Amino acid sequence: MKPPAFSYHDPRSVADAVALLASLDNAKLLAGGQSLMPMLNMRYVLPDHVIDLNRVDGLSYIREQDDALEIGAMTRQRDIEFSALVRKRCPLMHEAIAQVGHRQTRNRGTLGGSLCHLDPAAELVTVAAALDAKVTIAGKSGTREIDFAAFPVAYMTPALGPDELLAGAVFPCWSARHGAAFVEFSRRHGDFAIVSAAALLEEDTTGKVTRASLTLGGLGPAPLRATDVERALIGETIGDKRLRELCELLRQRDAIDDIHAPASYRQQLATVLARRALLKAHERIVGSISEVTAQR
Amino acid sequence: MSEERAISLTVNGKRREATVPVRLTLADFLRQKLRLTGTHLGCEHGVCGACTILFDGHSARSCLMLAVQADGHDILTVEGIAPDGKTLHPLQQAFHELHGLQCGFCTPGILTTLIELLRDNPNPTEDDIRVGISGNLCRCTGYHNIVAAALDAAQRLRESHEEPRA
Repeated sequence: MKPPAFSYHDPRSVADAVALLASLDNAKLLAGGQSLMPMLNMRYVLPDHVIDLNRVDGLSYIREQDDALEIGAMTRQRDIEFSALVRKRCPLMHEAIAQVGHRQTRNRGTLGGSLCHLDPAAELVTVAAALDAKVTIAGKSGTREIDFAAFPVAYMTPALGPDELLAGAVFPCWSARHGAAFVEFSRRHGDFAIVSAAALLEEDTTGKVTRASLTLGGLGPAPLRATDVERALIGETIGDKRLRELCELLRQRDAIDDIHAPASYRQQLATVLARRALLKAHERIVGSISEVTAQR
Repeated sequence: MSEERAISLTVNGKRREATVPVRLTLADFLRQKLRLTGTHLGCEHGVCGACTILFDGHSARSCLMLAVQADGHDILTVEGIAPDGKTLHPLQQAFHELHGLQCGFCTPGILTTLIELLRDNPNPTEDDIRVGISGNLCRCTGYHNIVAAALDAAQRLRESHEEPRA
């Protein structure tokens, strides 16, 4: 048998799952299993209890509410990938999700599993940071909502108490006229990115940037918002030369240095991928304008 | 002593009931308890794709699921693809004719993955196929003929208007 011995629990409600978390020692939550199951098979984790969330009601949904998308923690990545609502209201997430693993892993993998596993190079983690998402956390005394920016407290460590679980996340949508792009570099298709870049832009009618979001995944222990570049972009007209200068700022950031790539390599990737993502986001705004003009 | 649980599920159209250790993976359940050894185990941590099965019609890695999670669900393994013991499914026929397998280790996972792909996308491009099987490793590196067989199967299925079973 591959996984270590554990007791198995499959609660039907969030309240029951939270009650189990509060009463059991050394328990681990099982969502889509695409990270926890390999870790169990290799015995990297040795929980005494596994609490399976797959039969919990009410954690799988995608809905639009007040210019934001609310997505349940147990929503499969597949459902996000094929959601017309996500494609229309959150094209950044639509583009990113296709780069998450493979068909077989997206069929099982969940939004909540990815956000809680919190791999610094995970696409959905980077998207959540880029969109200023909020996460809803359920615990014994009810639910609380925090900014996703405060969710990673350390490398692969979410801000969850021992008796809390992630119930869902809220992703604010940008205006219908924004441009977004998610680009990543990985050695093999479907791998976690070595570095990824998520960009969102809004521009006025003269082409000047009025709002910008730029996030790097895989660079540091948690996704990194390049607020210096974002601020510098406001009022700028997007062009390759100016972007090269601005994205050069990213080379100064601390970066992970590991078996996959040295820090200098990640810093180089950050400058290149950030520029490509911003250019692509910009072209998509221009594209949407010319499309509207063509229709007239 | 390992905790056990009774489960009831459908495998290749047949109702199955068993009592299993809760930590038993679905892959080991299929292979060891049901003796359906067509589902292969390569890496056992979700990288190679050899253990791919269809779970309620969607491809999944059976090494990354527990048998208890399949309770009440519908599983299709490579043994359930052919319509009967004598006839091959058009996808299998195409693999046979176009040398879509060499050692055969990755084949069950590739066939189950392609059953879903061709059902969802009856008219795939070569690129669709290559992306579709990107989660399946063939260490004979026989991808060229696998892709050719998949494209050929797609055409056969379109011509026969036959729905791939899933």
